[in-house]
Amino acid sequence: MSPFWSAWISIITLAVIFGCSALLLMTRKSEKFKDATEATTGHVFDGIEELDNPLPMWWFQLFVGTVIFGLIYLVLYPGLGNYKGVLGWTSVNQWEEEIQHADNVYAPLFARYAALSAEDLLKDENRAGLLMGQRLYSNSCSVCHGTAATGAYGFPNLTDTDWLYGGSAETIKETIANGRTGSMPAWGSVLGESGVRDMTSYVLSLSGTTDLDAEAIARAKPKFQALCIACHGSDGTGTQALGAPNLTDKVWLYGSTYEKIAHTIRTGRAGSMPAHKDLLSENKINLIAGYVYSLSNKDK
Amino acid sequence: MSTETVHPTYNYKVVRQFSIMTVVWGIVGMSVGLLIAAQLVWPQMNFDTAWLSFGRLRPLHTNAVIFAFGGSALFATSYYVVQRTCQVTLFGGWLIPFSFWGWQLVIVLAAITLPLGITSTKEYAELEWPIDILLALVWMAYLVIFVGTIHKRKTSHIYVGNWFYLAFIIVVLVLHIVNSAVIPISLWKSYSIYPGTIDAMVQWWYGHNAVGFFLTAGFLGMMYYFVPKQSGRPIYSYRLSIVHFWALIATYIWAGGHHLHYTALPDWTQSVAMVMSIILLAPSWGGMINGMMTLSGAWHKLRTDPILRFLVVSLSFYGMSTFEGPMMAIKTVNALSHYTDWTIGHVHAGALGWVAMISIGATYHMIPKVFGKTGMHSTKLINVHFWLATAGTVLYICAMWVNGILQGLMWRAVNADGTLTYSFVEALEASHPGYFVRWMGGVLWVAGMLIMAFNVWQTVRSDKASTANVNPQVA
Repeated sequence: MSPFWSAWISIITLAVIFGCSALLLMTRKSEKFKDATEATTGHVFDGIEELDNPLPMWWFQLFVGTVIFGLIYLVLYPGLGNYKGVLGWTSVNQWEEEIQHADNVYAPLFARYAALSAEDLLKDENRAGLLMGQRLYSNSCSVCHGTAATGAYGFPNLTDTDWLYGGSAETIKETIANGRTGSMPAWGSVLGESGVRDMTSYVLSLSGTTDLDAEAIARAKPKFQALCIACHGSDGTGTQALGAPNLTDKVWLYGSTYEKIAHTIRTGRAGSMPAHKDLLSENKINLIAGYVYSLSNKDK
Repeated sequence: MSTETVHPTYNYKVVRQFSIMTVVWGIVGMSVGLLIAAQLVWPQMNFDTAWLSFGRLRPLHTNAVIFAFGGSALFATSYYVVQRTCQVTLFGGWLIPFSFWGWQLVIVLAAITLPLGITSTKEYAELEWPIDILLALVWMAYLVIFVGTIHKRKTSHIYVGNWFYLAFIIVVLVLHIVNSAVIPISLWKSYSIYPGTIDAMVQWWYGHNAVGFFLTAGFLGMMYYFVPKQSGRPIYSYRLSIVHFWALIATYIWAGGHHLHYTALPDWTQSVAMVMSIILLAPSWGGMINGMMTLSGAWHKLRTDPILRFLVVSLSFYGMSTFEGPMMAIKTVNALSHYTDWTIGHVHAGALGWVAMISIGATYHMIPKVFGKTGMHSTKLINVHFWLATAGTVLYICAMWVNGILQGLMWRAVNADGTLTYSFVEALEASHPGYFVRWMGGVLWVAGMLIMAFNVWQTVRSDKASTANVNPQVA
């Protein structure tokens, strides 16, 4: 800030503190009595009188004490405009120190497991590392994927063997570090409403749903082969390289009912897994990936 | 100087109006608080209805208890006190009924717009700009009435209670106008003229001084009249009132930054706010000491007078929360307490224990006098109300202390590897019993207010007219 504002702040801050102190001292100095008194000031308001008692000693000392504390604080810490304070403290350097401290203390713990692959982490002797992965997961991932990692509407279940982008340890690590952007285009305007409903029946039939309108399925099949196979494959089993889901299993990210699927086809979907490489160290990501991998590979 | 007190014919009509509305808005505001407290225990209590949801009703609760209940109590008592201590009738003519009906209109508009989701999003200043303008006009009328009455006083000095009331009226006007400066984009939507961090600082300069001047200075004005009056004792120390008045208003205005510790607010602003908050301790306690010590020589009256109990207990809670406040303003304490239920508990120690208790005591004192009755319908019911209110406050603030410290500790707990020990939802789950106890405290409070309404109603309609007329000559 400019020297003017710095001086302005310093002057009015100190003026308030010293002004209050001066008032306190002057009022005390003019005291006529040293002890409790029944002498009044002579004012009467609606029958209320005012005694001329001295300021209580302990209260006076409390006041002086807080003023001294305040002044010392303003010498030690930044407060008076541009003055930096004797200690050189800033909230930014406090934060940096804490981060540095945390890195010093915790980084070696994570480094111990840095070289281990997800498969190695499953071994009994590395159980402590896996638990660290679980705790990191709880802090960073559970808000969307759930504390049990079973997912939620729009957020994939991580405990099954159905993977949008692949379930190998390396792929999981890649997903966590760089994030994913899932994109299902909206087909409502291309297919028309009746086309959307036909396609819904066809998609449901892929995962073995019966009781569907056979004619609708027949109408939709050629359209599926024309429009959808680029991502979902001609047999509907999906393409992990694109994150296009397998439509032949019973796993549905956005709901399995007829209307939910119709909505997905009509208006599309946009999924977003945020990238964590700037938020978590590589070693931490390694442990989280190991934990996530373990959820669907418990038997190994 | 003559100690004779002459009483002209006072304007008690507006005092009666505001006194009754104090009770009415007290019940409304606290009932809304009770509902949202219940929603934190049983979330389905919002009945899946937008305008019954917590986010809409919480500002309605705060506005209703602070400005409708507290505001009506301040209007009622300040009009009563300024007349009686200046020994003149109220100045202002048509401005007087305007201040009453205008204020009620502001409250009704708040009760309609806030549940509809119309909000400026500034805490305790949620009302949109058309209502803000009306509020500013009402407040200017209030200032004119108050200053006009003081100006034509018959007493040589201005009574200390009136200093506090006047400081409260002036500063609240300044705070309201500065913080509500907006650019409207439609009738019900506007944007603050301040950018980012400056907006946050202006908001908390306003927000903290809503506490400091509306909820503290104003009610200290009330205290300075009703405590000596009800106890029949002189004010303990005139010089103490001088020092603590000027020191209180000089330092309070700086303290708002402590609501923004460890944020984007510059470090110097945070430091100054913390220092001023700590220096504020002694000036705040000056009011408590002056009230408490005024009772020396009258302590025995507490055995028989529940109105005096309300006043004394309010001073105790005032002393407690004005100790707690400076402590919470210390950065290292704030690092634990901020964003937890401790803050909610602190606010309610002040709002229930201090503000509501002293308002209720003052209202019980005033109602028979302004309605020309010999006394309240039932002293026993005042006593029942006193115990319900005290127990309710204790339940409320203890529950929030436990919850606040528990949340603060759970949020910062880390494992040996630096990961957080608890997820947010685990801390929320652990808070559930506290939310239930807080709700029970609220039940006691609302029950007490309903008893008060019954007692006031019975008093007003009774035919036990005072032997003196509506404006008794006996002080």
